[in-house]
Amino acid sequence: MDHGSLAGRIFRGVALALILVFFMFPIVWILLMSFQTNEQILRIPPRILFEPTLANYEALISGQLRTAAGNLEISFMHNLWNSFVLSSLAVVLALVLGVPAAYAFARYKFKLGETIAFTLLSFRFAPPLLVLLPLSLYYQELGLNDTYVGIVWVYQLIALPLILWIVRGYFEDISPDIEHAYRLAGHSWREAFTHIAVPLAGPGIAAAALLSFIFCWNNFVFALILASADKQPVTVGALAFVTASGIQYGQIAAAIVLSVMPTLLLALYAQRYLVEGLSLGAVKG
Amino acid sequence: MSMLQLLQTNVLTGRTAKPRGRILPYVLSLPALLVCVAILVPFVTAAVYSLQRYRLNLPYLRGFVGLDNYIDFLSDPAFWNTLRISLVYTALTVALELLLGLAIALLLRRPTRFHNAVSIILLLPLMTAPAIAALMWKLMTNPGFGILSYLVGLFGITDFKWASDPSTALFTVVLVDIWVYTPFIMILLLAGLRSLPRQPFEAAALDGVPASFVFFRITLPMLAPYIITASLFRLLDSIQQFDIIYAMTQGGPGDRLMVFQVQSYLEFFQYTNVGRSAALLMILWLITNILSNIFIKHWLRLRARAHRQA
Repeated sequence: MDHGSLAGRIFRGVALALILVFFMFPIVWILLMSFQTNEQILRIPPRILFEPTLANYEALISGQLRTAAGNLEISFMHNLWNSFVLSSLAVVLALVLGVPAAYAFARYKFKLGETIAFTLLSFRFAPPLLVLLPLSLYYQELGLNDTYVGIVWVYQLIALPLILWIVRGYFEDISPDIEHAYRLAGHSWREAFTHIAVPLAGPGIAAAALLSFIFCWNNFVFALILASADKQPVTVGALAFVTASGIQYGQIAAAIVLSVMPTLLLALYAQRYLVEGLSLGAVKG
Repeated sequence: MSMLQLLQTNVLTGRTAKPRGRILPYVLSLPALLVCVAILVPFVTAAVYSLQRYRLNLPYLRGFVGLDNYIDFLSDPAFWNTLRISLVYTALTVALELLLGLAIALLLRRPTRFHNAVSIILLLPLMTAPAIAALMWKLMTNPGFGILSYLVGLFGITDFKWASDPSTALFTVVLVDIWVYTPFIMILLLAGLRSLPRQPFEAAALDGVPASFVFFRITLPMLAPYIITASLFRLLDSIQQFDIIYAMTQGGPGDRLMVFQVQSYLEFFQYTNVGRSAALLMILWLITNILSNIFIKHWLRLRARAHRQA
């Protein structure tokens, strides 16, 4: 396979080109659309060369959308802000809850630990609505519906298993002897944890945090059920945006670009850790 | 609980003995335990709901009905439609993504700088929110100005309606699923391929063994654990697909794409039939639970191996 004949090399080249086109075309095309006016988008045949405009982004950022039916106020930037707040808080909370637990699971043998780890893991694969629908009824009674607190809490379903299982793997790879030596020198457990274990597992913790952020940001169904317009992240906001009548297509495209840009950039930044994170450490990247 | 015991014995094999903690580990994992409880309480609630006649609009009719919700499904064509569509969707997406993902991984196998760059670029669809990905494809398949509608028009197919036509709706959402998730399989298999030992391949090359024999008798068997892991990961996600289908068609046109989670979502919010919605989800949970039991076993074995190698 590796030592290709000329025909083989051409075949591989063409195949790779087709694959790149298939996977990249939608992103490139939507990006191009976001710089076009409605008239340019509706033109047939479509053109690749056009005079770019920033009007779509300006409209989104100012929140004033001109439509056929008049001015429409849509605070898409608020959705973007919500996504940012919800995902960041969820990751911070998951780190606070998850890193010490991951450490305990890696260092100590105790039955409860395994049970927790596997309960969380098996619910990573359970239908989210199974938990969400009853939860939405509880939330209504508790007054947690449509609050940041309520949504950040259910985002733990995404972030916590990821952090627990990835960080646990990193802690397991660090020899406990280093910590033992440090403890023998008269330091407390807490010092060993914060000065030795956490810094050594630092890259793993950072990777798990980045991935959790991406997955929280990309989540759709949790906020669809638990949030109203005021607390909605971009995934739900963008859908509402599309179904709102009379919005210009270029503005939809611009909204899509703004929604996916943060995670795509983070993914490129963290690509080294993606394999490991995606497979929960089953396949080391 | 037999699953847990199985898992416990599985994860502990091949590990150095750990000290038995006294209080500290329990204190450390207390918050995580809290989250578990917060998941398990609604889960048990859902199980109870599934045994009740419970409609939000008719609260006074609420009562225990045993397995009636489940028994009703047996004679309900809508349920069989949901089951069929979910299974077809899962089979199509997983099979196609596996073939395509394996092909791409094989193409990118040699770790050249160019191949690595391509594999990183291919990750972008996977990092796009699936709901947003569906919107992107919705814009591209718009009958008025969609570029894809225009392109198939060039081939003489003028009336191709993509997701809004019952006969092509499934094709369209499967296409979006392939776009988003093929890179997942690709990246796992690529990591697997690159971690395979070299000696068998070198020996085969020395002996002049034909490429097809190398592929079917050496590469595939050695890659099998990775293929199984990647497929089971996808299988579990795919049978629960919600985002792409809901954002694209909300289960329509008609009931053409009423997969489990979309159906139970509508059952809950549109028909306010909590009992039925919960029963539907319990059936889906049962299916995924059986699959994930198999899955977690394989996954733990692979994970233990990956950590030993590292």
